[in-house]
Amino acid sequence: MTLALRAARPAARPWTWVWLALGVVTAALMAFATPDSPWLAYPKAWELPLRLWVSDAMKWLVNRFDLGPFTFKELTRGLAWLLDWPLAAARGLLVDGFSFSSDPKAPALLPSLSWLGVTALIAALAWRVAGGRLAAVVGACFVYIAVFGWWPSAMVTLASTAIAVAFGIAGGLALGILGYRRRWFARAMMPVLDLMQTVPVFAYLVPVLFLFGFGSVAAMIATIIYAMPPMVRVTMLALEQVAHETVEFGHMAGCSRRQMTWKVLVPSASAGLMVGVNQVIMLSLNMVIIASMIGAGGLGFDVLDSLKRLDVGKGLEAGIAITLLAIALDRLSQAVALRAPPTHGADPERRRWLIVALAMVVVPTALGGAVPALAAYPEDWTLTTGRLLAQAVEWINVHFFETLEAVKTALIASVLAPIKGILGALPWPAVVAAAALGGYRLGGARLAALAAALVAFIAVTGNWEKAAITVYLVGVSVIVAGAIGLPIGIWAADRPRANRVIQAIIDTLQTLPSFVYLIPVVMLFRVGEFSAIIAVIAFAVAPAIRYVVLGLGQVPPSLIEAARATGCSRGQILRKVRLPLAFPEIMLGLNQTVMMALSMVVITALVGTRDLGQEVYIALAKADTGRGLVSGVCVAFIAIVVDRLVGAWAARRKRELGLGA
Amino acid sequence: MVDKAVNGTGANAGAHGALALRNVWKLYGPGAEQALRPGSAQPAAADLAAKGIITAVRDVSLDVHAGEIFIIMGLSGSGKSTLVRCMTRLIEPTAGQVLFHGQDLLHISERELIEIRRHKMGMVFQHFALLPHLTVLDNVAFPLEIQGMARAKRYEHARRVIELVGLAGRESYFPRELSGGQQQRVGIARSLAVEPEVWFLDEPFSALDPLIRREMQDEFLRLQNMLKKTIVFITHDFDEAIRLADRIAIMKDGVIIQIGTPEDLVTRPADGYVAEFTRDVPRAKVLSVRSIMEPVDGPLIAENQVAAAAKVQDIADEVMRRGTAVAVVDAAGATIGLLTKDAVLAALLGRETRR
Ligand SMILES: Nc1ncnc2c1ncn2[C@@H]1O[C@H](COP(=O)(O)OP(=O)(O)OP(=O)(O)O)[C@@H](O)[C@H]1O
Ligand SMILES: [Mg+2]
Repeated sequence: MTLALRAARPAARPWTWVWLALGVVTAALMAFATPDSPWLAYPKAWELPLRLWVSDAMKWLVNRFDLGPFTFKELTRGLAWLLDWPLAAARGLLVDGFSFSSDPKAPALLPSLSWLGVTALIAALAWRVAGGRLAAVVGACFVYIAVFGWWPSAMVTLASTAIAVAFGIAGGLALGILGYRRRWFARAMMPVLDLMQTVPVFAYLVPVLFLFGFGSVAAMIATIIYAMPPMVRVTMLALEQVAHETVEFGHMAGCSRRQMTWKVLVPSASAGLMVGVNQVIMLSLNMVIIASMIGAGGLGFDVLDSLKRLDVGKGLEAGIAITLLAIALDRLSQAVALRAPPTHGADPERRRWLIVALAMVVVPTALGGAVPALAAYPEDWTLTTGRLLAQAVEWINVHFFETLEAVKTALIASVLAPIKGILGALPWPAVVAAAALGGYRLGGARLAALAAALVAFIAVTGNWEKAAITVYLVGVSVIVAGAIGLPIGIWAADRPRANRVIQAIIDTLQTLPSFVYLIPVVMLFRVGEFSAIIAVIAFAVAPAIRYVVLGLGQVPPSLIEAARATGCSRGQILRKVRLPLAFPEIMLGLNQTVMMALSMVVITALVGTRDLGQEVYIALAKADTGRGLVSGVCVAFIAIVVDRLVGAWAARRKRELGLGA
Repeated sequence: MVDKAVNGTGANAGAHGALALRNVWKLYGPGAEQALRPGSAQPAAADLAAKGIITAVRDVSLDVHAGEIFIIMGLSGSGKSTLVRCMTRLIEPTAGQVLFHGQDLLHISERELIEIRRHKMGMVFQHFALLPHLTVLDNVAFPLEIQGMARAKRYEHARRVIELVGLAGRESYFPRELSGGQQQRVGIARSLAVEPEVWFLDEPFSALDPLIRREMQDEFLRLQNMLKKTIVFITHDFDEAIRLADRIAIMKDGVIIQIGTPEDLVTRPADGYVAEFTRDVPRAKVLSVRSIMEPVDGPLIAENQVAAAAKVQDIADEVMRRGTAVAVVDAAGATIGLLTKDAVLAALLGRETRR
């Protein structure tokens, strides 16, 4: 270990000079710049009109592209029509009932499921999977939704989420299996998955809108696109981790390819696959509000609508309803994933349970005709905290407005504005060079080329200034989130009980749809960059804490013991042994924090930032495919560059520390 | 059973070999295919290593006879697992032929291969490879399900095999709920469910602790006495090998150094490596009476007789008790030699015999 460290030292020397030289050149470029120096602002004349090309291609695709028997547009609309069937069925079941007539105003002949029945069923499911506590939590979440009058909206959301989840799982599984079977397909898919997971959702709302029209189906398709990539990855990973001998056994039993997949691989990998299922559910719920921008309806629409009307109380309440839905489904799916494996003799109960569960839904629904309170939660029993919440916020604003404003203004003037100024003034060639150098140093020529090309793309497509603001917002937020997360993580790492509490809080925070973070922030700080930063920080603190705890926990106990034996104090052990060894893991956490922050920054466009996110958002409003996609890809490229550089850095540190791959 | 005195690589062995390998190679690494172009000379191991190619199996030819227990043994990394997987084509050999009843498995279609695996082959794995989501019954019935056998019928079959391996009453248990030894019994039952012709076992008892391992070896011999399968069994434990084997192949660095009965290996090791391997073997366990007797021609007057094929260990007690030499008779009952107390003692003490 020490050997490796020492060996790494001498090579570092010349690099110091290279970096210094780059610094000097950059400073010189900045000093001698006039407002129209081509290295400061990327010259308009050199810009690549990529966004126009993309828009034109899209128009051609939609208006002209002919596949022979039908046009491309007919194909996509046909697809939408097909997807509408299961969605309509789910809605019928949960919201509208079934009228068996093409007239939308026809009365429902078969009623939708009773709210009591649905709540009972889902609580019973939780009970069976994980026992009474989970049943209480899940039941309480659903009861809250009913009592506060969000039931119909929540069921619209639940219906579209359920169908999106089903398609996301099926699609992810299919692609993952294909990737597992065919190496080349996996290799081809990887960059696409990277891009899909880093391009902000807003960016592909535009093309989806173009191809599928406004409405719940389009929203569902966007949700599927957003939620599927982790399932693909998890599937490939889980299948690869099936024990080699198990696969060999399958071959020796004479399994055909299909038998191998469905009877050996998938069941053996089921625990791993459930992780993917959980992710699909969470991401689908995360999309609820965003999807309502292209017509999803439901709770997402309620939040968006109240946010637009600045009806704080109502927005918060609907946001809480989404959160509770997310928590209930998250806990339930996690419990299914972690469920104790079957033991002998447990089976006979199953049929009886199914009958009881079915009765729980059917009976209240059937009685709903006679007792209306069973069919739909009675309106005059609903409570609302909306007014209360609004009053609370108002009270805070009345009493603390001055203080909050003062803090905000001071921070902006003394800290934020200067940072923003410097970042904005950095010459773009210097940044490209820095990316290339860093890439070369950490991962060789290929990484250097990738990093430089991606950064250059941002300049060439004319998004440099907006990207600088994005980087500034993310950078400031990540630094603050790290500064909050590090001490909390260090503190929690040694205290198992405190750690459990903190992990529970983090888990909850991470189930909140990112949008929900905006609501209280806007209430307190109004719109603007400052609010955006606060929201991003709040969103990104969780992974920061999590990875610090994780990293410290992975330091081999033998090393700590050895340090203690040589007489190190607690502080010394922390500084000299644990933190350095945990460093690579903490770096990966930082990476994760950056990714979270980036995804959040785009959403904060709604509260009026002037960054890439805003570009995408405007593009959505103007249905400008090219603008939205290109700006979105720029965000993705920032994410990819950070991810690759930090990843390479952490991997190298790990190797140097002898911590294994 | 086949006469064990005949060396397995004998010229006529192919005639009754259920399974035969001819010049099988398996190389791993870049350019492995080109390294073995037909017509060119055999590459030396060192040359291959220099090119970054790992030689897992090198030019192996052997015959496994119908109904015998053929054991492949060697140290870790010597290529045993790779070799059996070449026999079943779980691994595609780089060159050579794998003959199953004279048919080259490397040149049959995927369909045919699946058919052979479904009906003619069974395999037991070191770490059991049971399917965790299925009960014992469903695990054992799994290969039958794959064949497309109806549910009631396959359960009936599976129950019978489960009883055979002594797990009756545990049908509805899940693998997790069983001990290692029990799990391997399930693995064995599962591989026997299709009534295979050839039975492959890759270190089936290595993951078990010594007591259970012995018990499982007894169980295995009991089953083989009933079923008389053709068996390819891998182990790195020489004691296990001599307990179970009809013949043993010793592998080192992908090459088969010697094939022979345990007695052959002990009395006529091909080289120092084999001799080293067999050094600590209790000789009385493997030597037959034939190999330590004084040969005589013509009739002999002796009170007692022992069979020439018997192991010294099994008759030692009796000879020592009597205190006199005994006559040795062959399978036909003709006297062919005389066994002295001294010779038995020498074998028991592990000394070289005069012969
Ligand atoms: N997929 C592979 N790629 C490269 N080399 C391999 C591969 N599989 C096996 N080898 C090499 O081939 C050689 C033989 O391996 P094999 O697994 O057959 O040994 P073994 O005798 O079964 O050992 P053990 O007793 O440990 O199971 C080893 O050197 C191994 O490293
Ligand atoms: Mg092996």
